[in-house]
Order: sequence, then structure tokens, then C-alpha cells
Amino acid sequence: MTTRTLAVVSGGLRQPSSTRLLADRLTAATVDALRDLDVDATVEVVELRDHAHDLTNHLLTGFASDELRAAEDTVAGADGVIAVTPIFSASYTGLFKTFFDVLEEDALTGVPVLIAATAGTERHSLALDHALRPLFAYLRSVVVPTGVFAASGDWGVGGDAGGALASRIDRAAAQLAALVAGAPPREVADPYDAPTPFEELLRGGG
Amino acid sequence: MQFGIFSVGDVTPDPTTGRTPTEAERIQAMVTIACKAEEVGLDVFATGEHHNPPFVPSSPTTMLGFIAARTERIVLSTATTLITTNDPVKIAEDYAMLQHLAGGRVDLMMGRGNTGPVYPWFGQDIRNGLQLAIENYALLHRLWREDVVDWEGRFRTPLQSFTATPRPLDGVPPFVWHGSIRTPEIAEQAAYYGDGFFHNNIFWPMSHTKQLVQLYRNRFAHYGHGGADQAIVGLGGQVFMRPNSQDAVREFRPYFDVAPVYGHGPSLEEFTEQTPLTVGSPQQVIERYAGMRDAVGDYQRQLFLMDHAGLPLPTVLEQLEILGGEVVPALRKELATGRPAHVPDAPTHASLLAEAQAGAIDVLDPATSGGTR
Repeated sequence: MTTRTLAVVSGGLRQPSSTRLLADRLTAATVDALRDLDVDATVEVVELRDHAHDLTNHLLTGFASDELRAAEDTVAGADGVIAVTPIFSASYTGLFKTFFDVLEEDALTGVPVLIAATAGTERHSLALDHALRPLFAYLRSVVVPTGVFAASGDWGVGGDAGGALASRIDRAAAQLAALVAGAPPREVADPYDAPTPFEELLRGGG
Repeated sequence: MQFGIFSVGDVTPDPTTGRTPTEAERIQAMVTIACKAEEVGLDVFATGEHHNPPFVPSSPTTMLGFIAARTERIVLSTATTLITTNDPVKIAEDYAMLQHLAGGRVDLMMGRGNTGPVYPWFGQDIRNGLQLAIENYALLHRLWREDVVDWEGRFRTPLQSFTATPRPLDGVPPFVWHGSIRTPEIAEQAAYYGDGFFHNNIFWPMSHTKQLVQLYRNRFAHYGHGGADQAIVGLGGQVFMRPNSQDAVREFRPYFDVAPVYGHGPSLEEFTEQTPLTVGSPQQVIERYAGMRDAVGDYQRQLFLMDHAGLPLPTVLEQLEILGGEVVPALRKELATGRPAHVPDAPTHASLLAEAQAGAIDVLDPATSGGTR
């Protein structure tokens, strides 16, 4: 069995949070799907609420606290990312966006990302494709084809709605698992380890 | 080990009174602060260079020349000189002139400047910032070392048979530091030339500073200038002191809370934990700064930011009395302990002249062999 790392970014603001609930469902389904592909998954969860002050401070001061730095490194070093946000005013929350604003450039380039969102009604569901998908396209991530949206009604016990959510979760998880299992483990380059030699900089490279 | 102060030259309202100093007051205050720095026994005064409000020091050599005439011992420097938007020809001339007038008490710290609109005001583009820093400095380096320069590059008009005047004092160019907060390429540049590397860590955790300084040290050794522990390293610092640490916190907090850069962000307690900012008793400052070398190794220059965020001039002068009177003498003693004999001091005009006379400086410089011509 090989090993891969999954980073789960949950932007829920309440505790308990339906966003976290959806993130956990997606995580469990992805771990299962990876196991079917003979891959052992290590899961790291980043609850953005815990970093709300540090995220604002990072915007203002330009550096991350040790705790936020650890969270950023977790996401930047992951083989796959599950990103879940509540939908506020037609898009992801400001807190969710701030986290991806302060990540190092290129931190998610080429990284498989499963996007998911929660909201009070299904009228917000296209925010997945109008807001989250373009954000991760900009970050040059590989966004899995199925985005998972869960409105309040989807959490009802039984019935078609609950069944449909479960099947969307499984489909998206299988797609993420296939991408994660199919790529070699990520190696994150340390910019302070191997500088561009100065002769090359002088020639206009670097 | 050199200790000094660096000033951004910001015109900031005093949040406790709401009063904003005039430009005239701020400029005179900078001169008073520089003279005070010499009086209390500090080694270096460095001024920033800015071309936008709320900052006053747009013309560093004018200010430093004036200060040079009023002081006798202190080294005059910059923090930073904009190697990107200034013409390297004019830097070569201005600072050579200053060097003559100040009797060699001059060095410079190169920086790129991070304010986008400033670049086009000087005909440049911030997207070329790094390449400007590399090309312009390569030219500046030659202008101070070769009497007649033929040169062609990407960013300025070519030079044919050009001699920058005056020639550097005693034929010894001013020592140069390269300042950068997060750019490995600048650490690489400093290492390549065997110049100094200054990490202005005042807004950064030491874990970050350590990475960049270590890169510079390794590359300094790689380029054959000496051992990694012989590279020339400078750090920034920021302190506010009162005999009773609670008084220091109480007095500084209103300035901290609304200060440019970090105001309205982290708490004073968080920021002092995460960065070198130390607000407390002189003894606390001594202990904190005596420990900096644990992260970066024995280093050569420690500059403190003392006059910012709207602190009134009398307060800044009191702070300098404490810094020069209590803190720096204790730090000099502390940092001399256990410092290996082969770790050099920061180069000065006298030390560079002595080296040149002893033939220790290569006449043929590596920068001229493969550079932009």
C-alpha cells in the first residue's frame, strides 16, 4: 500500500457546522475510495474558524503565525485537497477566500481539489461552478468534475434528497481518489534550498 | 559588532494627541535623532529613501551630507537605496561624493522598493524589479571599480567611455549591503559579490530570517569569500523601553495599535512574541537581542527602528539615551563573549582601505568577468 496526504479545508463558522459535516462525509468517502485503489490516506483537517484572526493578521502584516503557517504548509504539501465553504452572498465566504489569498503562489498548482459547499437553499448551488471552480482554476489546481453542494434540505433523513447527496459524495470522492492515486506523491521545493545561481540571474534568468 | 538606528522617515500623527508633525519638523527631527545617535555612542545612522507621502527622505545624500557635517564618528548609511528606480550612474556619483565629504563614513544598503506606482514615476516597471536590481547593481559595482566603463544593458542607455566622478575615496568603494525580506535571489546576489546581507526582520518571525540568512551564508562560502560564518550579516530590530516594563507597554500600546504596517492587526503581545519587537525593560531588550545570534550566527550589524508610528521626538531621544546608555554597552559585552576570532567585524572604510593596501582585495572582480556588458 502506498500513502497519500489529504488536506481538508473547512470554512464553516458555527460549531457544530454543516460545512464540516459535509467535509467529513467527503473525507470518509475519499479515504474509502483510495483504499479501494490500494492507497492509505493521511488526513489533515484545517478549520478556518480557528485561524480567523491569524488570517486577518497575515493580510495586514504579511506573515503567518506559527499555527497558521502549519495549516498553510499542510494544504500546500497535500496530494489532494477537499475544500468546503458555506455560500454567503452568492459566493464563498470572505474567510475561505482569505485563506487561499495568503497561500504561497503556486502552492496548489497541479493539485487535485474537490470543491463542495453548503447553504440554506439549493438556489445557491451554482456558486460551486461560478465561484469556487474559477478560484481553483486560477490557482491552477485540477478540480474534480463533480462538485458537491448540500442545502439544508439535503440533510433530511431518507428520501430522494439524502440519497442523491450520498451518491454525489461517492462520485466526487471516487474522482478525487483516482487523481490522487494516479499521481506521484508531491515534493514541495524549498526556495531557500536551491537558489538560482547568480550567473544565471545576470544573464536575465531566474 | 555595529549597533545603530534606521529611520523610515514617516510623517505619522501622534495617536495620543492627534497631532501630525510638519515635513519641516520631521526632517529636522531626523537630523536631531542622527546626531543623538552619535552622542549616545551608536555606530550607524541609516535613512530610508521614499518618493511618496507620508515619507520625507527622498534625497538621502543631501540629508546624510548635512548630518556628516554635524557628526564626527558615526557611519552614515541607507535603509534602503532604491537600486531599481535610481539610475546606477547617479548612485555611483552621489554616494562617492558623500563618501569624500564624510571622510569615508558611508555605506549603503540596496533595496528594491515594494510600492508599485513609484516605479513608473521613475520610468520603470515593478514587474522588472528583480532584474533591475541585478543589472543596475552590476553596473554600479563596475562604475566604482573601473575608471572607464563601456556598458550596455536592458534598462538604461548604453555608456561609452564613461568615468563616474568623483572616484571613490582612496580608490575604495563604499561597502554595500543588500536588503531583502523574502527574496532568495537577493541573498544570492549579496553572496556572489561578497557584500553584506541585511534582513530587515522587524515584521517577521526569526524562523523566516534564519532561512534567508543561512542561504546567504552558504552561498557566500560557495563563491569563495570565506567561511559561511564569516559572511556579513545585519538584522533589524524594534524596541520600546522604560525602567518598568509595564510602563513601557502602557506607553507604547496606543502607538502600536494604530501603527502603519501592523496596526489594527495582531495584538502587541502576539506581535512581540512573533517578531523582534520588544516592549519592556532595558534588561528584557538586552536578553532578547543577545539571543538573536542563536538563530543567525554571530553577526555584524544590528539596526533598531526607534522613530516611527508618530512617537514624539522627545520620547525618541529618551529611547536613544536608554539604547546607547544601557542596552548597547551590555549587548557589546554579551555578543563579544564566545564570538570566534575569525568572525569579522562589519567592513568600514578604514578596514577596506587596509585590506586594499595589503593587496587582499582582488583587482579583478568576479562581477566584471561574466556580467552585462
